[in-house]
Amino acid sequence: MEVSIWIFLLLSVLKVAVVTVILLTAVAYTVLLERKVVGRIQNRWGPSRVGPFGLLQPLADGIKLFLKEDLIPESVYRPLFILAPIIALSCALMSISMIPFGPDVHYKGVQLFQISDVNIGLLILLGITSVGVYGIALSGWSSNNKYSLLGALRASAQVISYELALGLSLVGVVLRSQSLRLRDIVDVQSTHGMASWNIFGGLQIIGFFVYLTAAYAETNRTPFDLPEAESELTAGYHTEYSSMKFAMFFMAEYANMITVGCVATLLFLGGWSSPFGHLLPDFGGPIVQAILPIFWFVAKVFFFLFLYIWVRGTLPRFRYDQLMSFGWKFLVPVAILNIIATSLWLAFRAS
Amino acid sequence: MSIVRNIAGVAKGMSITFGEMFKPTEVENYPDGPGPSRGAVLQERFRGAHVLQRDENGLEKCVACFLCAAACPSNCIYIEADENTEEKRISSAERYAKIYNIDYNRCIFCGYCVEACPTDAITHGHGFELASLNATTLVMRKEDMLVPTVGMPGELAAHSDSVK
Repeated sequence: MEVSIWIFLLLSVLKVAVVTVILLTAVAYTVLLERKVVGRIQNRWGPSRVGPFGLLQPLADGIKLFLKEDLIPESVYRPLFILAPIIALSCALMSISMIPFGPDVHYKGVQLFQISDVNIGLLILLGITSVGVYGIALSGWSSNNKYSLLGALRASAQVISYELALGLSLVGVVLRSQSLRLRDIVDVQSTHGMASWNIFGGLQIIGFFVYLTAAYAETNRTPFDLPEAESELTAGYHTEYSSMKFAMFFMAEYANMITVGCVATLLFLGGWSSPFGHLLPDFGGPIVQAILPIFWFVAKVFFFLFLYIWVRGTLPRFRYDQLMSFGWKFLVPVAILNIIATSLWLAFRAS
Repeated sequence: MSIVRNIAGVAKGMSITFGEMFKPTEVENYPDGPGPSRGAVLQERFRGAHVLQRDENGLEKCVACFLCAAACPSNCIYIEADENTEEKRISSAERYAKIYNIDYNRCIFCGYCVEACPTDAITHGHGFELASLNATTLVMRKEDMLVPTVGMPGELAAHSDSVK
């Protein structure tokens, strides 16, 4: 028994390390992807100088941010000023621990493709991402800067408002799978390929679009990037931050993007299940069969990240009153209607 | 119905940006392009690094009249004149510029020197890669700016002290 505990600890630490490294690399390359795609949308090249096709640009950016002078203005409230980016980044990184990346594979009793398999994974995920707003609010307040404070106020109000629509849009999915465990939610969707995904077969397409919109607002991305509206607030809540503290906010934003993409994949697009279901004959050896679910998962998350960037390259920023009225007067009622319709349909089918 | 219209509007915008993604870039492919300018496309009127011209005989056009130095608002042109002799003929007129320096630390590329020049000796070329880590290398001498004497008659080339 004692041996298995040590193996459990070792494997868990290994899992955490691997996932963190992959996530941070993904964050770095999402930034590059964003700059490249937005560049192409605007008929520019995007970064092309560092390495082939600019592939080493994230490395150069990272080195630059590490080596920059870490400036702390005199009149800030230091403890919170230093704590805020740590809260933002740790919340963003922590939420990935609930995400299952692949099927239920155990090695010596340890789940291989998920850091922690919790039966209320979805709730914990929502909780952790909500705490992330503390990082933004505290950074704005402790900076002792009007722009930062305005940005932080906007961010807090926006994130709290859209959290409601976000949570409500997921209720339909939870009703269908009757579980908050992310693995169960995926298992419900993996029977008939694409046809049993929540977005199509589960008739959650409205919930999906409400989630998508609310998620854009949650992660402070265009068209809801009012907290850091450059033209009005210089940089919003991170105006006074430099060097690694700024980088932590930056990484937190992109890590949140990836997490939101993972959640959307799990809840609406069938997670790691193949879009062709069992129609596709098993091909390749056991190694290909083991990697294929991960491939589908990564492909779906990539699709979401691309969608994020594509929307950023297209849509202009909302006005603040438009943002609030859209959230409260449109998204929340639609999400509630979606819950009612889903529960009626489920009750009708069960009877 | 406004919802449908809004969704249609967003969809149209998204389709436009998606299409633009596969169109060729509008920007110049500057450091990776072909040719000596490496892809940079410059207008004829572009005012780059100065070039000192020669006449059809290969003699320097500059006659050291100091009008460019007088016209220069940033005082970046320094000239020392010398007399032409029968043995040593540099320019076709009486005098020539023994030293002609332009300090690119101070030059603002206004083009007044080019306008002031009575013999069209000083012109703006298209050279723009002037950046340097060392300010002293930004003081260009006459030899740096003069057009090379390629194709010049041998006798004249021997007399010219500006041959590199």
